[in-house]
Amino acid sequence: MADITLTIDGVRVTVPEGSTVREACGQSGEAPPVLCFHDNLTPANACRACVVEVEGSRALVASCSRKAEQDMVVHTQSERVLNARRVVGELLASTSDVSLAPGVQDLLSQNAGDPARYRTGATWEQQVLDDNGLYVRDYAKCILCYRCVEACGEDAQNTFAITVAGRGFEAHIDAGFGRSMPDSDCVFCGNCVAVCPTGALIDRSEYTLRQTGAWQEEAVSTTETVCSYCGVGCDLELHVLDNRIVKVTSPMDHPVTHGMLCVKGRYAYQYVQIEDEMPERA
Amino acid sequence: MREYRLLPPESVRSHPASYERLVERGFERALNRTQSLSPKTIIQEVSDAGILGRGGAAFPTGRKWASVAEAPFRPKYVVMNADESEPGTFKDRVLLMDDPLGALTGMIIAARAVGAHKGYVYIRGEYQDVEARVAEALRMLETRGFLADGLTIEIRRGAGAYIAGEETALFNSIEGRRPEPRVKPPFPTVHGLFGKPTLIQNVETLANVAVLLSESVQWFREKGTDRTPGTKLVCLSGAVQNPGVYEVAFGVPLKEILFSEELGGGLASGRALRAVLLGGAAGTFLTPQELDEVQYDYPSLRSIGASIGSGAAMVFDDTVALEDVLKLLAHFFADESCGQCVPCRVGTRRMMEILESPDGFDDAERLRDLGRAMQDASICGLGQTAPLALLSYMDRPTLWKRSAV
Repeated sequence: MADITLTIDGVRVTVPEGSTVREACGQSGEAPPVLCFHDNLTPANACRACVVEVEGSRALVASCSRKAEQDMVVHTQSERVLNARRVVGELLASTSDVSLAPGVQDLLSQNAGDPARYRTGATWEQQVLDDNGLYVRDYAKCILCYRCVEACGEDAQNTFAITVAGRGFEAHIDAGFGRSMPDSDCVFCGNCVAVCPTGALIDRSEYTLRQTGAWQEEAVSTTETVCSYCGVGCDLELHVLDNRIVKVTSPMDHPVTHGMLCVKGRYAYQYVQIEDEMPERA
Repeated sequence: MREYRLLPPESVRSHPASYERLVERGFERALNRTQSLSPKTIIQEVSDAGILGRGGAAFPTGRKWASVAEAPFRPKYVVMNADESEPGTFKDRVLLMDDPLGALTGMIIAARAVGAHKGYVYIRGEYQDVEARVAEALRMLETRGFLADGLTIEIRRGAGAYIAGEETALFNSIEGRRPEPRVKPPFPTVHGLFGKPTLIQNVETLANVAVLLSESVQWFREKGTDRTPGTKLVCLSGAVQNPGVYEVAFGVPLKEILFSEELGGGLASGRALRAVLLGGAAGTFLTPQELDEVQYDYPSLRSIGASIGSGAAMVFDDTVALEDVLKLLAHFFADESCGQCVPCRVGTRRMMEILESPDGFDDAERLRDLGRAMQDASICGLGQTAPLALLSYMDRPTLWKRSAV
């Protein structure tokens, strides 16, 4: 493929055709921050944290999805860009509980954002939805990044159990007419949980430990293994705390899974830690 | 001062959806004439006439047609955007009620020019009378065989969302999805409805095509300015003597639209003018002094940071506190945001809350930062223009805090 040369913050950068502006930025300096963007998902263009200024374009441009063009002139640190980034962080912090969203916290701290500046009324504070044995939905933490919708849809699972419903500030993730997850089309693969950047979707095991104060992020070790259920050969990362498996994920860059698993690989690990319960031989 | 091109003069008495009307207005001539012209020639005429899109963005219509015609993929679609929903904008309703055959004629010509065999008319759901009128006109055109070359045109009804009038959201709506705007590029001309090259035009733009091709480029350019030929429908509302839809030539003094006897007729109350909100809910407040200085044309208005937008002009006399108007506008945008991107989803809500709080206007920096972030970083025109009226107000200190008399 041909190469594209563009100017980013005054520096000429050459990237392969098809690269995004953000990838080009990452080559010459720091890639713009992202919240909704995920390497394995279609860009949702929703968070607007990654916007940059492109000369000739009236509005700012989402660098995560916009393709680099020959002789494009990009500014990643202009006053307009920095204001937009800061306000995006402030608006999210005014709406949602971002305590488990390091991306939003970084966006605020790197842009001198004040999380209280736009706390002028409504928030997304709401009851935790606890309706199944495998994961918990705490939508007070949701930033509506669309990652879960995409993982449930064409980007991974093709189940289409969830979508965005409502509009404006009332827009929210919904399994169809407010149904609980067991009543929905959900197959409990947990791929939505795997891509959630804010802890709004969280595995029950982790949620329970956090509730009791027993979750210690730094004490969690991971062990890689291969799923033993079928012949696909999915790579598993077993997250272990106090010699108990507390979470199962798959590496996002793994060629077989791309981070996505099925319900058995992700949640059916209890048998591993059932000890001394073999029935006596007759 | 008052023109009759897009709107039929009062002497036209035939039924708006009838064959007699098609003949009387010259649209039959336009349809027959374009049947013998090559698509290239039609596009050339539209380009030479200098028609700019009337939906708000003022993009050169000929260039858009050429782009769709040249796009390599098939099938191609042509869409008439009649999802008129902005407060203060009601021209497409009048145009489609009074003369539906103009826009439909423009659409049939457009389909031939770009090579589309399928068309959609997307009509605001609340406009049920308009829908019935367009359906009647369409049936007549079908029966009389004016939909040539296998062209079919389908009417789609909006379901009450302002955002569905944004062109890419409108495509999603026709496709049966949530009307969330798509990221551009790619533009509709290459990747539009069902991912195919699509020509989408406002009702008034297509009506201009019909009158142009029933006459000639030279005739078309006799009205208006050299850079913006033709006429424009203005939606005049608020404190004027004669609110309504008027057709004027581009370049007339803006003041004349308000005060001319055959147009606005001056302020109804006899009171002093406070401001004009030009371009719709997402428009710009102009002071009485600015009003005196400008013509109704893009370059002139651009010099004071304003635009024609959809053609709305809301007039406020000195009994109106503009702060109250801004609150209403903020409410509208908060209600109508689709919720897709953060600056608009949360920003429209915060703007409404801040303006409604007693000291909301005091922290100008906070408001301005918010407005600029929405303008700069929102995905589509809704979020990008939602703060414009507020920002224009903030830039004009003579409009501030002059509460109702």
